[in-house]
Amino acid sequence: MTSLTNIQSIPYFIPELILVVFAVGAILLDLVNRGRNTERVAYLALVGVAATLIAVIAVGSSEKSLFLGMIRLDSFAVFFKIIILVATAVTVIFSIKSEELDPRMKGEYYALLIAVTFGMFLMVSSKNLLMIFISLETVSLTSYILAGFLTHNPRSSEAAFKYITYGAVASGTMLFGFSLLFGLTGTGDVVQISHRLTEMFSAGEAYPLVVLVIITFILAGIGYKMASVPFHMWSPDVYEGAPIPITAFLSVASKAAGFALFIRLFYSTFQASNIVGSVDWSLMLSIVSALTMTLGNLAALPQQNVKRLLAYSSIAHGGYLLMGATLLTPEGIQAILFYFITYLFMNLGAFFVVVLIANELGSETIDGYRNLWSRAPFVAVSMAIFLFSLTGIPPLAGFFGKWWLFMAVIKQELYWLAVVGLLNSVVSLYYYARIVKAMFLESSDETDAISFSWGNLALLVVFVVPTIIIGFWNTVYEVSRASLGRIVG
Amino acid sequence: MLLTLMIFVPLIGMIVVLCLPRNAEETIKRTTLVFTLIPLILGVMLLAGYDRESEDLQYEVNVMWIDAFKIHYHIGIDGLSVTLILLTVLLGPICVIASWRNIEKGIKAYMGLFLLLETGMVGFFAALDLFLFYVFFELTLLPMYFLIGIWGGPRREYAAIKFFLYTLFGSVLMLIAMIAVYLKGGTFDIPTLITLAQQDGHALANPVFQIWVFLGFFIGFAVKVPIFPFHTWLPDAHVEAPTAISVILAAILLKMGTYGLIRVNFAMLPEGMAFFTDPEAAVKLGRSATWGYGLAILGFINIVYGSFCALAQTDFKKLVAYSSIGHMGFVILGLAARNESGVTGAILQMFNHGVISAMLFLLVGVVYDRAHHREINGFGGLGTKMPIYTGITTLAFMASLGLPGLSGFVGEALALLGAYSKYQVLTILSTIGIVVGAAYFLWTLQRVFLGKLNPKYEGISEINGREILTLVPLGILTIVFGVYPSLLINMFNQAVSMLPLVP
Repeated sequence: MTSLTNIQSIPYFIPELILVVFAVGAILLDLVNRGRNTERVAYLALVGVAATLIAVIAVGSSEKSLFLGMIRLDSFAVFFKIIILVATAVTVIFSIKSEELDPRMKGEYYALLIAVTFGMFLMVSSKNLLMIFISLETVSLTSYILAGFLTHNPRSSEAAFKYITYGAVASGTMLFGFSLLFGLTGTGDVVQISHRLTEMFSAGEAYPLVVLVIITFILAGIGYKMASVPFHMWSPDVYEGAPIPITAFLSVASKAAGFALFIRLFYSTFQASNIVGSVDWSLMLSIVSALTMTLGNLAALPQQNVKRLLAYSSIAHGGYLLMGATLLTPEGIQAILFYFITYLFMNLGAFFVVVLIANELGSETIDGYRNLWSRAPFVAVSMAIFLFSLTGIPPLAGFFGKWWLFMAVIKQELYWLAVVGLLNSVVSLYYYARIVKAMFLESSDETDAISFSWGNLALLVVFVVPTIIIGFWNTVYEVSRASLGRIVG
Repeated sequence: MLLTLMIFVPLIGMIVVLCLPRNAEETIKRTTLVFTLIPLILGVMLLAGYDRESEDLQYEVNVMWIDAFKIHYHIGIDGLSVTLILLTVLLGPICVIASWRNIEKGIKAYMGLFLLLETGMVGFFAALDLFLFYVFFELTLLPMYFLIGIWGGPRREYAAIKFFLYTLFGSVLMLIAMIAVYLKGGTFDIPTLITLAQQDGHALANPVFQIWVFLGFFIGFAVKVPIFPFHTWLPDAHVEAPTAISVILAAILLKMGTYGLIRVNFAMLPEGMAFFTDPEAAVKLGRSATWGYGLAILGFINIVYGSFCALAQTDFKKLVAYSSIGHMGFVILGLAARNESGVTGAILQMFNHGVISAMLFLLVGVVYDRAHHREINGFGGLGTKMPIYTGITTLAFMASLGLPGLSGFVGEALALLGAYSKYQVLTILSTIGIVVGAAYFLWTLQRVFLGKLNPKYEGISEINGREILTLVPLGILTIVFGVYPSLLINMFNQAVSMLPLVP
């Protein structure tokens, strides 16, 4: 497969370039405004995201390798780019609404957010080890700053510190894995690596142990981004300490980028049957998946802070998603793609309610949600819909997402994993229902109605409607199917 | 189209109700009543057009829904489902009328959720696509959780979440079984799967596969029925739920479990069914013959255990709840027999128990609304003050304890008759349940209505017109189907003969 030269690649790289322009533009605008009227920067960022979205769609997927084989533009990358863009747009809007961020600092905050998005764009399309590492670091470094953005809040600083420490270890480990892989095969291109490895395995020259070590090390780095056990420890603290919009962003976009990177790398590199035959990394992954969801759900059970609860729940969802990735069958990957669409709406929707309630009541605890039903019926009902969708109760979107994942797993006859996953869903009902219970079944002394602006309610509808209808919508299934496309090329 | 309307008219009603202003309580109640009466009228039309002789599915609709998994919107009715659909749409308006006065807060949400529940129930009985079947099955969960959790008694939160967790636990196992069936059979279409499962050599017909899948579905339905040891949610849910919701729970939701057992486990998984109901089949697969008694033993435990628990209760509603467990045991026992009289008895018992338990819960509600407690020993001599109420209660009690001439007798007698030919000892032992049933009902009758009037209830008022209105249709059915059960049996004997029966 030929790849385009640097100059030839530029027309296909326009979306990323637009992001860079707007990131710089946001900094300049903030500079001109001297830190006042940061809303303007936010709107600029939104325009940037919208322009990028149009560009992503206009450029489309050409199934080509760009920049001498560094990145690949295929429907798989385009799919994740759109997911990430939507998450970014939502995060910008959340941030405008959010009252916990220091208004004077918001300008650079938006610039960083766009920079992160740029990094994620590269992450979902990298096909060279070097590029993978660079993109991962771009995302990580900017995320560290964003997580620590509440400078007056020690928890936020703690979050950033934990994030950076774990991140440094994880990416160092991964880099070591990469260097071994490069040493073994002499190339950084994932497809070439696959060919070399296959040759070596069929010629009997490979050392399975080395490959196992490589895979484990790489998984450490990516597992950190996907927040999977045992590399998840950072995420509850970071999710709790970071500003709510960033938590929402990390739990969706960062996870999506991590999965995209993982799927592309593993699907291209370690998928050949003789590799799987001698190094059973899929078993390792299914165990990681089972542990991730179990730990996420069990840890979520006693949480009193809704944000932290959602953080653990998002670890658990990472575990469900990993089920689809265990064998990297097309079926499983399509299920992951579909799940991300549903997860985008239900999880961001839930976080949006958290933002709204934090603004209005200043509370992030479950007790603060008491009697919300009679105080703000629409918000309470929406939250219930998001939470039940996260549990996977039909006919909400989350059910259809889980359904597809479980089907992929059962098709591989990994019945034990399916049982673990489904029992986990039952466990998760318990803590999601605790919030619902507080909202609907418990009374509180505060009974006066809370009013929300029409804009907020309209935004809420934007999350609620897809959460209800995605499962009934054929096109979404087809998009998920088509987006797998040809990752390897 | 008629059937589709029956399913979705309540859903439209829910949307309409949600658009009404919150304080227009009378309008909300009337609108809900209208939207539950429409399905009832449609149900009568359905019955008028229903061909009792036909072997085919009727009112069938089959359109593609989700291409990606070949999921169809496939609905239709046959003898197995028609009686339960009619029962559901009949109880819809009855429950709305029963909720007319005693729902104090949030009437709008209550009625909206009730309508959603009705959609789920009717849809479940009509669904012929396994996926659709599952979606409707689960659709009843959410409204039920809120209906118990918001409008229930003092321990409502506990009862609601327990109900939810138990049912979800059962249904996720069902989900695995369902996916396994889909992957082997390549379709969700229940009639097609039934045909495939009987073809020699087809992957679906493999006995070991069927046994595992059977277990998955069975646990899902067993929680709903509820079959011992999955029953512990039921007394809690019943005691805490408001009257109308208890009625729906006992009359319809429990039947969803047994209906599922017949529709899926019995009809679609004959090999799995044989393993748990036929000792020889179990031996043939190299297992202990005890497995072949599995289902019958569970039915027996339900009957005896449920009845003895009922005997021990002092809470009127809990007593009725445990008696439900006992009576559902006859359905299981009848199904375990797998012969014509056993299955006929089981289906008859499903319908009749629906009617009778609905009456019983409505009656408990009547006295609870007046006395604000349900302690059986706290009444006494109510017969002198409430003669009409006492009369209706006696009718319901007699029907429930299986007095010949009332509908409860026929189903239980047929189920026992069917079971006797296969499981003599178990059947004989099961009759203990009937004796105990008579004991607790008569004893309750004595404690509540006979004897000296408890002076506290000197001023208790007689059952009113609205309450009588909810009870009369059910009372009539109890008598009619008791005297002339063929009217009911004719509706489904064609469907029974299509099931994989053994002589």
